[in-house]
Amino acid sequence: MADLTKIRVVLENSRDVVIARGAGREVARQLGFGPADQTRLATAISELARNVIQYAREGVCLVTDESNGHRISIKVVVEDHGPGISDIERAMEYGFSTGGGLGAGLPGAKRLVHEFDIESQPGHTRVTIAMSRPRV
Amino acid sequence: MIIPILRLKDVLLTSIQVDLTDQEALDFQADVLRMVSETEAGGIVIDITALDVVDSFMARVLNDTARIVRILGAEVVLSGMQPMVALALIEMGRELVGVETALNLDQGLERLQRLIQERTSGHGRPD
Repeated sequence: MADLTKIRVVLENSRDVVIARGAGREVARQLGFGPADQTRLATAISELARNVIQYAREGVCLVTDESNGHRISIKVVVEDHGPGISDIERAMEYGFSTGGGLGAGLPGAKRLVHEFDIESQPGHTRVTIAMSRPRV
Repeated sequence: MIIPILRLKDVLLTSIQVDLTDQEALDFQADVLRMVSETEAGGIVIDITALDVVDSFMARVLNDTARIVRILGAEVVLSGMQPMVALALIEMGRELVGVETALNLDQGLERLQRLIQERTSGHGRPD
């Protein structure tokens, strides 16, 4: 059962955003998440990966199977070494954007997953999202 | 990646069959606007049955496209959005969906014809 899945996608251009969300969906599907959760996760990864390309130009997306005997869990870490988010609280407000977007990216991603954690300082931003459900 | 836009009598028809990058989505938007303007079509149905992710960027591109097409004097209907895609969009924020929609291409065409009729008979919806 300890079949640890780990997929690492390097984010360097907008094609990589498509690859990263596809990887997230595929791992979620293999672990037994339903179509709704697969889509939620893929959409959340898309938002986070796009932020990396837009603000930091490059980064990585790491999709990991964190399941244990009781729960199936998937964790996604999206990380970059860009300028960082100076005001995380504002960045998490729906409708706030410094990049000309809708301001729905980060708060939207948060609404789609079960766990959402963000840490940022100049030179390093890491967003961790996770989804889990009981094993049946 | 070029997404074909077909002309069918007085309307246009297009179907996004692949996962688009941001740049491809913007190119598609430009193509739609150019075609609407060049062909003087009454409207366009954009079928997104094959899209399994519509994130906030894609949602904005689709919304903007619809808004601009309306300003040009034509109508837009988005057809075939997958239920899970609609679900994720609503969960992210309702404001992301601001386009006329239809269940499938068939109903999309019907709806488009009705919208065009309303516009030409002067009973269009106020924006």
